[in-house]
Amino acid sequence: MSIDPASVDLTAPFGSGTLPNPVTTASGCAGYGRELAKFLPLAELGSITTKTIMPYPRSGRATPRMAETPSGMLNGIGLQGSGIEHFVEHELPWLAERGARVLVSIAGERVEEFAECARALNGQPGVVGLEVNISCPNVDNRGLVFAANPATSHDVVAAVREVADPALPVYAKLTPDVTSVTDVAMACVRAGADGLSMINTLLGVVIDTDTLRPHLAPSGGTASGGLSGPAIRPVAVRCVYEVHAAMRAGQFASVPILGMGGIRTGRDALEFVLAGASGVAVGTAIFNDPTAPLRVLDELREALAVRGFAKLTDAVGLAHHH
Amino acid sequence: MAHPVQRQAEIVELSPVGAYHRLVLQAEGIAERVLPGHFAALAVDRADGSLLLRRPFFIHRADPAAETIEIVLAEVGPGTRALARQRVGDTVDVVAPLGTSYSVPTAPASALLVGVGYGGSPLFGLADRIVEQGGSVGFILGASTAERLFGVEHAKALTPDVLVTTDDGTFGIRGQVTLPLTEAMRAIEARVVYASGPRSMLRAVAEVCSRESVRCFTAVEETMACGVGVCMTCVLPVVGDDGESRFVRSCVDGPCFDGSRVRWDDIGSVPADLEGAAAMGGL
Ligand SMILES: Cc1cc2nc3c(=O)[nH]c(=O)nc-3n(C[C@H](O)[C@H](O)[C@H](O)COP(=O)(O)OP(=O)(O)OC[C@H]3O[C@@H](n4cnc5c(N)ncnc54)[C@H](O)[C@@H]3O)c2cc1C
Ligand SMILES: Cc1cc2nc3c(=O)[nH]c(=O)nc-3n(C[C@H](O)[C@H](O)[C@H](O)COP(=O)(O)O)c2cc1C
Ligand code: FES
Repeated sequence: MSIDPASVDLTAPFGSGTLPNPVTTASGCAGYGRELAKFLPLAELGSITTKTIMPYPRSGRATPRMAETPSGMLNGIGLQGSGIEHFVEHELPWLAERGARVLVSIAGERVEEFAECARALNGQPGVVGLEVNISCPNVDNRGLVFAANPATSHDVVAAVREVADPALPVYAKLTPDVTSVTDVAMACVRAGADGLSMINTLLGVVIDTDTLRPHLAPSGGTASGGLSGPAIRPVAVRCVYEVHAAMRAGQFASVPILGMGGIRTGRDALEFVLAGASGVAVGTAIFNDPTAPLRVLDELREALAVRGFAKLTDAVGLAHHH
Repeated sequence: MAHPVQRQAEIVELSPVGAYHRLVLQAEGIAERVLPGHFAALAVDRADGSLLLRRPFFIHRADPAAETIEIVLAEVGPGTRALARQRVGDTVDVVAPLGTSYSVPTAPASALLVGVGYGGSPLFGLADRIVEQGGSVGFILGASTAERLFGVEHAKALTPDVLVTTDDGTFGIRGQVTLPLTEAMRAIEARVVYASGPRSMLRAVAEVCSRESVRCFTAVEETMACGVGVCMTCVLPVVGDDGESRFVRSCVDGPCFDGSRVRWDDIGSVPADLEGAAAMGGL
């Protein structure tokens, strides 16, 4: 039943179109690509997802910003970045020159700020889609993240979809820290999302037992950070599985899912595909191995071939078939 | 900035030096790219992948002919313990060289090199560079206690101007490296000071240098998740050429910084004048 890996068709559904292969980088784990380009040709990835970009420069949180945890890490970067204008002028042209397909992650502290970023990206080279990071605190709602409830998630996605170039797929990036990820997914799809990225990090706290204080620098009254890495993989696969099941059951329109959370190998990526993802993002594993995205792509091709899949799409959601 | 490569390096030597381990790694294409102050990021995860993050270490010596780099390793936790338990012949996944090296004077100059503990490690390649360029060096090497000193004999072989301090007085002057610093700077008419060690020491050295109007370069050790510049965990508030302060990545823009540009007092907070601090609202 095994087939030649070179013959596996990796073309991956992306919005209503496709990308040459399903692998991208997870936002915030590959910067804007320059550093990773020293280790792998960016154009060989299906796409590269940027660090989340906001309309204005942001300093991010104080240090320490990270704590290692079993099979993962906790981070509190606080969306440091130099803003959309700088990105469009200095980073995007560089990426486009290298033939990278860029999925630009955007955010804001107000609904209009997301739209402002989306507008700035219309007609820019290299951009293949927008990923809306709704796990960003909403200043108009006590700093609660937009993704925490279906209504605010809907508002952001609708505002971005309204102003973004219609040719660009808009992905909504969901947090697992909600009662029902399916309800938020449904709200996003109904608001016009062309795809769903899941999952963002899970909230966590690490306490340093030597200093007797939280390990990450407190910020805005919280000591929490985002947990990522292999430790969260089963949670991520559950979210993808659940949302794919709801789409199969016809609860809302089917859109492609970009799965992520602890992917380190091609086998891990295949888990997400079988649960219903047609794309996968490699994040924290890059810190362990800067070539991880390309390695995962090769290993996924191999894993599909060994199981006799001639096409990636034949495996998408297969775990749901009884 | 360095041009790093990733290699499966073979351990060709692993032996004790005082309280530390000397780890010599052989791999093609690394040593010839190393400049003083560069570091290497070593994978420490075993098959189960439970320790995901690489551990950063200064490159003590690089030998392009033998294709080796040497690291001085202190055992402090599970990652460094795992490395210290490796054997000659084992392989380690290495990404190196990384970071921005020490800025070396282009004209012959008198330099004072100040290291605490294993922090002395990157100063020896630097000393060679400075001497090659016709300059001269002096050293102050310190540690909490005698067995945690590093490189004293090596330094003495390079120059007669070597001072040693230990906090507990078990070797040399009792006290910290900053105690004899001003006097040592004046004695060798230092034009530049290079420091490597704990943050509190770097800050103190930078202060003395600014008082004495002597240039100062510091190699910082901040917590790093990626070591290659993609994650933004390792940042420090640093004043740029344009006078603006920003959080810059110590793994690519550092670890070697002009000590007068680092806002030592503001590490661990978000100073209000930092670029982008205004956008932080209530967060
Ligand atoms: C640029 C740079 C150069 C360094 N050079 C050397 C060297 O030449 N020799 C040497 O022995 N050590 C050096 N260190 C420190 C070394 O990286 C840590 O001792 C090591 O990461 C500890 O790992 P662990 O699992 O044993 O300890 P743990 O304390 O369990 O580590 C837990 C986490 O904290 C991080 N961490 C712990 N201590 C430090 C530290 N001092 N600095 C940065 N991160 C830390 C680890 O990387 C890991 O992610 C350097 C650090 C940096 C940033
Ligand atoms: C250091 C770090 C920074 C991150 N920054 C962002 C970000 O800016 N925007 C975002 O949507 N997700 C961000 N994430 C979340 C990742 O994109 C990803 O959703 C999550 O880490 C799970 O995948 P992983 O386990 O493969 O890392 C970040 C994660 C890490 C570890
Ligand atoms: S350690 Fe990741 S950017 Fe410096």
